[in-house]
Amino acid sequence: MALLEIERLTIDYGPVRAVDGVTLAVEEGSVTAVLGANGAGKTSLLRTISGLERASGGRVQLDGQDILGVAVEDIARHGLAHVPEGRGVIAELSTEENLRLGGLWRGAGAAPLSDMYELFPPLRERRTQLAASLSGGERQMLSIGRALMARPRVLLLDEPSLGLAPLVSAQIMQLISSLATARKLAVLLVEQNARSALSIADRGVVLNLGRVVADDAAQALAADEGLRQAYLGF
Amino acid sequence: MSALAARIPRPHSSLVRSLGLVVLAGAVLLIASEALGAYDELQLANGAYYFAVLAGLTVLIGLSGQISLGHGALMAVGAYTVALLIGDERWALVPALLAAVVVTTLVGVLVGAAATRLRGPYLAGATLAFAVGLPALADKYTSLLGGENGLVINPPTPPSGLGANFPLERWEAWIACAGALVVLFTMNNLVHSGVGRSFRAVRDDEIAASLCGLHVGRVQTVAFVVSAACAGLGGGLLAVVLQLASPGAFALQLSLSLLTAVVLGGLGSILGAVWGAAVLVLLPGWTNDIAHSFSLSTQVSANLPLAIYGLVLILAMLVWPSGIQGAVRVAVSRIRERHAPGAGESSP
Amino acid sequence: MTRFIDLTLNGISTGAIYALVALALVLTWRATRIVNFAQGGMLMITTFIASSTIASSGSYWLGFAVALVCGLVLGAVVERGLMRRVEGGPPLNAVIVALGLLILLQALAGMIWGNTPRSFPPAFSIRGYDVGGTRVLFSPNNTFTVLVVVVVAAGLAVLFRGTALGLKMRAAAFQPEVARMLGVRVGRMFTLGWALAALVGSLAGLLVAPEVFVGPNQFDPILIFGFTAAVLGGLDSPVGAVVGGVVLGLALSYVSGYEGSSLVTLAALVILIAVLMIRPRGLFSSVQERRV
Repeated sequence: MALLEIERLTIDYGPVRAVDGVTLAVEEGSVTAVLGANGAGKTSLLRTISGLERASGGRVQLDGQDILGVAVEDIARHGLAHVPEGRGVIAELSTEENLRLGGLWRGAGAAPLSDMYELFPPLRERRTQLAASLSGGERQMLSIGRALMARPRVLLLDEPSLGLAPLVSAQIMQLISSLATARKLAVLLVEQNARSALSIADRGVVLNLGRVVADDAAQALAADEGLRQAYLGF
Repeated sequence: MSALAARIPRPHSSLVRSLGLVVLAGAVLLIASEALGAYDELQLANGAYYFAVLAGLTVLIGLSGQISLGHGALMAVGAYTVALLIGDERWALVPALLAAVVVTTLVGVLVGAAATRLRGPYLAGATLAFAVGLPALADKYTSLLGGENGLVINPPTPPSGLGANFPLERWEAWIACAGALVVLFTMNNLVHSGVGRSFRAVRDDEIAASLCGLHVGRVQTVAFVVSAACAGLGGGLLAVVLQLASPGAFALQLSLSLLTAVVLGGLGSILGAVWGAAVLVLLPGWTNDIAHSFSLSTQVSANLPLAIYGLVLILAMLVWPSGIQGAVRVAVSRIRERHAPGAGESSP
Repeated sequence: MTRFIDLTLNGISTGAIYALVALALVLTWRATRIVNFAQGGMLMITTFIASSTIASSGSYWLGFAVALVCGLVLGAVVERGLMRRVEGGPPLNAVIVALGLLILLQALAGMIWGNTPRSFPPAFSIRGYDVGGTRVLFSPNNTFTVLVVVVVAAGLAVLFRGTALGLKMRAAAFQPEVARMLGVRVGRMFTLGWALAALVGSLAGLLVAPEVFVGPNQFDPILIFGFTAAVLGGLDSPVGAVVGGVVLGLALSYVSGYEGSSLVTLAALVILIAVLMIRPRGLFSSVQERRV
């Protein structure tokens, strides 16, 4: 059984159905990319998995446990980390405080700060500065580092390359891929930059208007020209 | 299609409707006052000046979205103006009331101009400070303002044309009701006019409103000034009816009671102001009766109205945000739907 | 000259009390973005409880301790039971609910203890120190007041900057959604914030009661002064609350001394308006607020 399993998930905003019966699974140690145009329901999907929003139907299981309807903080304490769209860095706290915050609920079992500074050297230089002063790429590193402090098993990433220069974005993507393998994470990656996402993902799921229109190995999706042009824009 | 056309507001119809409303209300009040005894006449008078200030306050909070905890102090300005003019300077009634309105309006301009820069809790805090600070002036300028005891004025004498035995209380009630009717006419028109719409526009979305050409600060100041004028008239009428203007009558509790009354009656609704005024006037009597029948001590019964106001404010915001008028509106629209199913949306 | 010194010393000790009330308001604002207008009523209730405890037990310090505990409990109950429902909604709703609670608390106090203001003992002697033959307008009790503020301010600083709990509270205040995603129990942090705020408020009530007497409406002015001090310092700055409190205390002391005490509340209003017009975020705020 996969670490993260989503079964026929449905999300409604009043009369609008944002996500319609989505089913997908994420194995540990792998990256699954969720792709599709704006408004396809990708962010709603992630926000519902991590508990920020309510689903109207379906099931989400984390390591065999049902987590739909569970409080956000409890889902996090089950080992799920969500790096939100826009990074979610707390600007009023320092870099180091942001990192420490991520591991607090784990207490002694959290990753040491030195691990994160090794992974993201630029953060060490800015450890006492307010997070507001960090660049886009540094914020993305901080956000991921903060999520990793709690030694999660599942990592949700919402548009990590948004607003980043292509070079930085590529670096972040590489990092995500190596983290997934090295730490046996189940990574669910929402991205609009489909080409970049598919280059590091193991599987790809394409959403259109809330429905799954393709679910295949990443390389197969990348090779399917018709699909790419219809839904992914390249 | 004709239903739609019927809903487009025609410019002069609201004026006519307001006039009709005033004539109707005036007739009802006139007939009612003939049948009332002295105590009830005074209650009616109290209700009338409360309505005057509440109508302005409900427009300020409900329509333009600005909170004021200082309208008790504005009433004090009106009351003291009337007391000074009638008592010391021997002015006649109507000019004194007009002067009260003018003076309070000027104060309202100052307060309103400061208020446009403030929002939510800051505006509440500033008007709170105003409410507590202004009555203290009476202590500072005791010779002019009479200190703790306040200023006393002679009761207004009924004109000889009404007969020698015309009860004083009924005359006071008539004066107060006349003032209330003026406020009713003005405010009802305002609510349905372009000015009223500009209040709502600014309340709902300042950025959008300013993009439409509305000067946000000016609109908000106008709302404040209008409500201040109403408060000034209400305060002036209070002084006439009670024949007294003293700092004790205008403590913070008054401002908070006024707030409760508009919330309870329904924010933004003139009819709601009527309900609110009725509650302010009748509740102390009711709680006294309740206290009597349960043999509660004076300590408890004296504080009972305030406890109820506090509970009302809390419950209204949590459970029942649109007040009595909101509940009435819902009931009316449900009745309408039952009589004409599928006729479309409920009334505004 | 002695008058000026006396007024200055008086200003510092009254300013310390304003600082405490301001701190209480800043704590609830930072935690839940609500200005707790009921703070004046809450500290009034805990002071009444202290008064009754002192009267029945004969011990001042027992009453002191009971008041602090009641403050913690009251703050937690008010947040969890009442304010939780209006957090995150339109600010006007929270303001009205807080005002409703204020009126309710004042009415309840009147019902239970009556409306006649009663006296309250100070913690220490209120006789001014003897400095070189002249009696200064600063007493051991004033020293205690200032010490309390220093300890509270230092304690809060240590809590917020140096402990994990403080970090969680700050995160919950700045970005509750993100904090929840990091496993922080944000609801508990809010409740704790209010409990602490009410504790600080209780201290203010105990320290100011000997001067203003204990009654349902006796604490209205310090609510206003505390609010003005908080705005002066910046609603989200604890340091600002302390500085604002002392500055306001000094300003009002001079006004009272040279112009008479009845103008004091109006003077506070003038200062409040001036701050809101000129520098709405206050002296020490680090937050960019587009409008106030």
